[in-house]
Amino acid sequence: MARPFTPKVLTANHLLDGDVVYLAPGSRLTRKLSEAMLIEDESTAKALLEAAEARSSVLVGPYLADAIRDSDGRPRSTHIRETLRADGPSIDIL
Amino acid sequence: MYLYSEFDRTYVRNRVRMFRDQVDRRIDGSLSEEEFKPFRLMNGLYLQLHAYMLRVAIPYGTLDSRRLRQLAFIADRWDRGYGHFTTRQNIQFNWPRLKDVPDILDALADVDMHAIQTSGNCIRNVTADHFAGAAADELSDPRPVAELIRQWSTDHPEFTFLPRKFKIAVTGSPNDRAVTRAHDIGLRMVHSKEGQNGFEVIVGGGLGRTPVIGKVIREHLPEADLLPYLEAILHVYNAIGRRDNKYKARIKITVRETGIDAFRSRVEERFRIIRKEFLGADQQVIRRIRDTFAEPDYVQAPTAAFDDALRRDPAFRDFANGNVHRHKNPDYGIVSVSLKAHGRTPGDASSKQMRILADLAEAYGHDELRISHEQNVILPHVHRKDIPAVFAELSRGGLGTPNVGLASDIIACPGMDYCALATARSIPVARDIAVRLREIERDVGSLKIKISGCINACGHHHVGHIGILGLDRAGVENYQITLGGDATETAALGDRAGPGFPADELVPAIERLALTYLDIREDQDESFLETYRRTGLAPFQAALYPDAVPKGRGGHPERSNDAVS
Repeated sequence: MARPFTPKVLTANHLLDGDVVYLAPGSRLTRKLSEAMLIEDESTAKALLEAAEARSSVLVGPYLADAIRDSDGRPRSTHIRETLRADGPSIDIL
Repeated sequence: MYLYSEFDRTYVRNRVRMFRDQVDRRIDGSLSEEEFKPFRLMNGLYLQLHAYMLRVAIPYGTLDSRRLRQLAFIADRWDRGYGHFTTRQNIQFNWPRLKDVPDILDALADVDMHAIQTSGNCIRNVTADHFAGAAADELSDPRPVAELIRQWSTDHPEFTFLPRKFKIAVTGSPNDRAVTRAHDIGLRMVHSKEGQNGFEVIVGGGLGRTPVIGKVIREHLPEADLLPYLEAILHVYNAIGRRDNKYKARIKITVRETGIDAFRSRVEERFRIIRKEFLGADQQVIRRIRDTFAEPDYVQAPTAAFDDALRRDPAFRDFANGNVHRHKNPDYGIVSVSLKAHGRTPGDASSKQMRILADLAEAYGHDELRISHEQNVILPHVHRKDIPAVFAELSRGGLGTPNVGLASDIIACPGMDYCALATARSIPVARDIAVRLREIERDVGSLKIKISGCINACGHHHVGHIGILGLDRAGVENYQITLGGDATETAALGDRAGPGFPADELVPAIERLALTYLDIREDQDESFLETYRRTGLAPFQAALYPDAVPKGRGGHPERSNDAVS
């Protein structure tokens, strides 16, 4: 049985600098997870992913990542990997 | 040091030119990512979690001051002012922008370096003993052999699309510091009973999801037969290695499924056919290479300054005891510079530190440097009279940590802080263990802790005295511990201790292992590994799982809490 759909954000790396980017409202790209659009239905998610895959001159490897809405109403990741992608390395850089 | 010919220089420049054109076409939309990805990987450019990553080959870990300064320049000009030295003796830059990469490759070409074959299913950068050419126990310098293999394997038309990546390591010493038994091919330089130089050839070793200690395919291969024999092994692997399943495509699986005797027969048969095609050009080449790896012009001078510093300065004594190794010239020492300052990222060096190391190599080290697979930097030839001055300079640059070979000298892969494949973080774990064990690490003595952030085992955890493997358990990091691994000539894979630990319980667990060792060792001369081999898992399991029910499934204790393994 298919798993029920859970909310997602659409994310990818930017072609030029590899930065983590998210789809924000209005087809805008943002580097902040907190500004990303939380996608709450499956058909919208599928359509947005197809559209992102067509933007290959800007986006590399787009995919849908699980997220939830935090108490401020902003998207927040539910997996350590996505948290690190959003926040950057958890260590001091020299 | 290796020398490029004009042919080499032209070849590398042409590759940069081609890649510049490919990058331009990717940016203007002429190439899709699907089309571009193989090109960027062939030039060492990966896309990681947060950014592109450029992996630069350091041939068998060998550098000089000019090349290291160029790496520092690249770090400042196009990255974030640091580089990460890896377990394959390479350097990785973690933050380049796509459009800058051709310029970086041109800057590398300026000093006869490149990033070719640092990715893909080809023969990767050949690795070697980081004490090569200097070690007191060395039979022969492995670097000329590594260079010959590098020249033979670079852009080799038959071996550019192997079933899977292929790694070769060479050592010239009986004490194996190059992990030869965990490589696709390991070469140990040996003398035959008649005194003839040759190689013990080991095949089918490897770590990753299926760790295997390599098997001896030839006990003594004459020196002149090396390239045809390597070519025979690669040919057989290329022909019968599996391409249907990525996880069964490494030669270790081919050897296991074929059987070492049947695999050897096929290799020997191929070797007989192709040996006669090698008419001696390879032997002419290696003679020329050997000339470029001549011994340095050793200085003859008193060593009293070293002995004085030993008497006067306890900090220098710690450094000399741990970080200075026996050189074949008794007036010299091999200085290992730790890139494992407590609380820092293993293997990272700032551009400033790279320049300090380059200056020291030039002033005191016959202009030679090595990168070790243990992610440290080696000054292989330092006169003992100069070692106190070198230590002082290193200390000023944050490079004087006297912990080589101790618990905080940890191998750690980049883990989930950088790597797109990782399932857990490695660097914070290494950092926290190093800080936690700092007070007891001198009592503990030799202890190799190795950490991988996923099953691919870039951190060599299987061959750590204590190995740590980070996994993802339902979106939460969890760490498995293995014990008793060994990367040397007595190579062994570690035994899994039992269920994994959540991140916040791991560091205390590692401390319990160290304290248990101190409690149960027979005397101070018995190392952690020797104690483990004497006692087996049981006392260490008891320390790891004090509340466990003894002997769960598979001989592992079962934890009384809800931890998942």
